[in-house]
Order: sequence, then C-alpha cells, then structure tokens
Amino acid sequence: MTIQPSPTPLLETKNLSRTFGHGEHAVHAVKDVSFHVQPGEIVAVVGESGSGKSTLARLILRLLDPTAGQIYLHGHDVTDLTKSRDLKPYWRKVQGVFQDPFAAVNQFYTNRRVLEKPLQLLDHKPSRTERNERIESALLEVGLDPSDVLNKGPHQLSGGQLQRIMIARALVAGPELLLADEPTSMLDASLRVTVLNLLLDLREHRNMTILFITHDLGQAYYLSDRVLVMYRGDLVEQGTVKEVLSNPQHEYTQRLLADVPRLHGWGAVLDAESLLAANQR
Amino acid sequence: MILKNVHAHYETDHGPAVRAVDGVSLTVADGEVLGIVGESGCGKSTLASVISLTARPPLHVTAGEMELDGETIALTSQTRIPQDWHGRKVSLLPQRAMNSLNPTARVSDFVVDVMRAHDPTILPKEAIDQALERLEQLSLPSRVLQSYPHQLSGGMRQRVVAIVSTLLNPSTLIADEPTSALDVSSQKELVLLLQALLERSFIKRIIYITHDLPMLSNIADRIAVMYAGEIVEIDSTKGMIDSPRHPYAQTLIGSTLDPDPRVRERRIKGITGAPPDLRKPPSGCRFHPRCPYVMDICSQESPPLVGSETNFCACWWVQKESDATTFAKVQA
Repeated sequence: MTIQPSPTPLLETKNLSRTFGHGEHAVHAVKDVSFHVQPGEIVAVVGESGSGKSTLARLILRLLDPTAGQIYLHGHDVTDLTKSRDLKPYWRKVQGVFQDPFAAVNQFYTNRRVLEKPLQLLDHKPSRTERNERIESALLEVGLDPSDVLNKGPHQLSGGQLQRIMIARALVAGPELLLADEPTSMLDASLRVTVLNLLLDLREHRNMTILFITHDLGQAYYLSDRVLVMYRGDLVEQGTVKEVLSNPQHEYTQRLLADVPRLHGWGAVLDAESLLAANQR
Repeated sequence: MILKNVHAHYETDHGPAVRAVDGVSLTVADGEVLGIVGESGCGKSTLASVISLTARPPLHVTAGEMELDGETIALTSQTRIPQDWHGRKVSLLPQRAMNSLNPTARVSDFVVDVMRAHDPTILPKEAIDQALERLEQLSLPSRVLQSYPHQLSGGMRQRVVAIVSTLLNPSTLIADEPTSALDVSSQKELVLLLQALLERSFIKRIIYITHDLPMLSNIADRIAVMYAGEIVEIDSTKGMIDSPRHPYAQTLIGSTLDPDPRVRERRIKGITGAPPDLRKPPSGCRFHPRCPYVMDICSQESPPLVGSETNFCACWWVQKESDATTFAKVQA
C-alpha cells in the first residue's frame, strides 16, 4: 500500500530536541528529530534501550516539554500548549498506550472507572447513554465483552486482556493518532500477535494513524508502513519498511539487522524470491 | 545427564499448591545445548531452580532424580544435595545475573569471593590468575578484573558473570533467560561466549531456558516446548522450527515475527485465551481449552507420547494424524 503525501501531514515534528540536565552532565535524549506521519499511516520507531524513543513518545504526547523544536498536529503548532484547557482538545486527538498495563492503572479502580476517565477530555459533558455507548463500543472494538470485564478490577484480568483495556481506554475519546510505546513487550509471543493484529484492524476500520515504538524489528516489519531508526537520540534513518530492510544505509541499522536473532539463523540471507513477493504485496 | 520425572510445586497459604513442574523427564547429551522454551508461568524457571539444585521453600520438589556423569541423586527436598555439586557439577546463570556483582567491589574481589566459597584454601592470587587465564582463552580484555561493575556495560557484566560462574568447570550450565535484559548485539556476544565455553570443554552441556524462540534456534541443538508445567514436545532444533507437531508448538513458532519480508505477506494468527491456573490445571491435556484441534478425548485423558523418548510430542490429535498417515501408507 502506498500513501500519497497529502499537503498537511497529521503529525509533524521539526528539529525536536530534549535535553535532561545541564553542562557536562547533560543528556541529549532526543536530538533534532524531524519527521512526519500521514493520516492512516503506521510508522514504527525502532532503537535499542536508551536511544530516546520513549522520550520522543512523551514529547509527542505532550507529557514532557521539548527543549527545542516544534510539534505540529494538522499543521497547527501544539508545542506551546501548556494549560490543561488547551491540552484537552489535543489529547482528544492524540492518545497513548504504554508498555506495562499493570503500572498504568490504579489497582483499586474497576475497569469501568479506568475507561470513564478519558471521557473528561470530551468538549461536552456526555450523557449516561453516551458514556456507556462509547465505553462499550471501544471494548467491542478491542475484542472484549463489556459485561465480562467492566465490573472487574485490573488484577482480575490477564496481561493481554488488560493491555486491550488500555487500548480501549485510548479509543474512548475517539483519537486520530495512537501512540503505542512498546505495547507488547510485557506480553508472551502468542498474545503479542493478537495485539498487533488489533492495531492493524484499528487502521482498517477507523483509519487510525499509529506511531508504534518498539525495540523489536520483527514487530516493526510486521505492522508498519515506514520505519524510523533512532540511535543515541538521533534519528539516523527513515524510509519504507522495504527500503530499510533490504538496503539499510546507516551503520547502526546494518548492525541491528545483522544481530537480530532469527528462527532460521543469524542474518539469514534473504532470497530474491521472497523479496520479490513482498514487493508485489 | 538424565532427569527423571520431576515434580515440583509451590506451597500456598490457602488452598491447593501451584504445580509448576509436573512430571518432566529430560536427557541431555555431552556437548549438547538443550533449549527449553515456554511462555511466562509455564514453569520453566522453576525447572531451572530444580535442576540447578537451588530450590528453596515455598518451592518443594516432591519427586524426581537426576543422573549426572554417572552419579545419581534424588532431587526431592528432603535429600541433602552433596556440597560439591553446586558450582562444580551444575551452575546457574540466572536472569539479570549481571546484578549479582557487588557494586562497591572490583570484579577481581568478586572472583576471589566466589572461588573461596567453594574452596577456602585457595589463595586470592591463584583465583585471580585462574580468572585471567580464562579471560585470555576466551579473548576478552583482562582489564575487566580491575574494574568496578558500573564501569562495564550491561553486556560485558553479563559475560563476566557467565565466565565466573563457569570457572570451576561445571559439567552442566543452566542458563535461565540470560539475555533478556540485553540489546540484540550484546545478546549475540553472550551466546557466542556460551558456545565458546562449550567448544573448549570448560562445560559439557548447557540447558538454555528462554521465551525467545529465535534466540534459542541460534544456540540450541534440541528444543523442548513447555506448557503449563509439562513438556509437550521435544525435537531437534531443525525439526521443531520447520515442522512442529504439537498445536501449541505450532502456534508458538507461527507467531514468531522475524524481520523478514515474508512476515508481511500474511496475517499471523496468535492464540486466544490465557495459560491455565496451575493450582487447578485443566483435566486431560492442559492445552485443550485453547487448542484449535480439540477433540472429546482431550479433556478426559492425559495425552499419549507420540515418538521416542528423545523426540516426542504429547498430543491426542498428533497421534490420530500419525495413525491416519500410517494407515494410508499400509493401504497404499
């Protein structure tokens, strides 16, 4: 699938930077990162731990202020939004899902209460019926039975189910961009795929734009249209999945690709036939 | 090394015990790397503590024996494990082993501590010399001995612990998720180090426990798949990767995402449901509530072992399929 570049991308960052600390102790977590994401696109951000990919996620979610650079949503500069009155409309459109679902919820709340929280982001006060409708449709969308989970506590669900609740929570306000920061790294391999498939379905059914942050190249290749590679705070390479996989430019990407363990041996040589088949997809 | 019929459970305050390992038998040949793969909660780390003789309450070993280099010991909690087995016969390289280094002591002090714990008569200089020699043989820099842990990278720390835990040349090394906290490049270096230890006969065999199937396929000679405390299939690495038989093994291997154009061509199916509660495991085959090929008999009787002792699969459906193939061949 090719995505035609539209005049204004959904999300754009220009020279986005974040430095922690000062002077010689300064840590440049994100350095001059510029990229854009088109509506309906799934873009993966890959890199090892400490490469700045989670800081980038927190910057885009506006949970952390950048030290330099801009973030644009639909062409509007959202970098300087600081008041919660201004941020609410932003969070209506941009929502996040994080690595550890058990750390992301209050253990003493019921799942209903967890899911009701984002309704406060709406520009109107929803009626009882609208609240229930939104919550139930979000749950159905992630493949959970509302009557089964709503009155339970988070600890009564498995990790995979709870991560679905977290995705439903993000959907309740009806966002356009979903920022998924390592959403599967706490899950077992067989469940991991079901969550990835859910993200693919969200794109198919409601044209959701997804920024998928991962350290796992395999997942990035399965899910995304384009890949951004981060290394020590720098965005060192970006391109379509095919470009980055078959012809990595940066030395770090090349090493990463060579070192990833594969079922069929390290750095299994890609045969021309399978590449061709993938190109025709 | 032969492991027979190991049963181990965790005692709970209330209600039934958690039967984390239930009737596991294994054979590991000399020079072999046996991989054990399974998802969280399948009992693989419990099995690691049992084999490495580090089981402590609330974990109780109720049955099982281990034969190692001609000697046999019972693994049950009541038996005393001979003191010289720890570190000499079996050694454990646990998950996040790198955190076992003392942050305020140099690596060389750690080496001395470890060696003297096993042999109080050894002189500090001898211990360090031994470690130096081992580092040289494995072409790692000798400066690590003079370093504090924080001066070394995570990958290097993990390798240092791997070397120190094999200084006594244990015949079996049990590696429990040794690479899970490392980035891919450090993972590869650790695996290459383990292979070098084996090649130079510092250790005779490795039991490598992980949830990371692609990693395992790069080091193991044979792979055992564990589910809910039992081994459901065991086969050569190639056999397992290319043609898994057990439905669970099939799903596990099928849901592996290699960074490869082929993974984009099709939609990969995961597996529904969650692993069972081991306080009251499902009747019959423990996988039957999640199995796509479930039959009536699966919930009633424990599945039969299809194949030989070193290459088997425990499944009713596999038995039916293999009977059908045999029947078809006879007919032809």
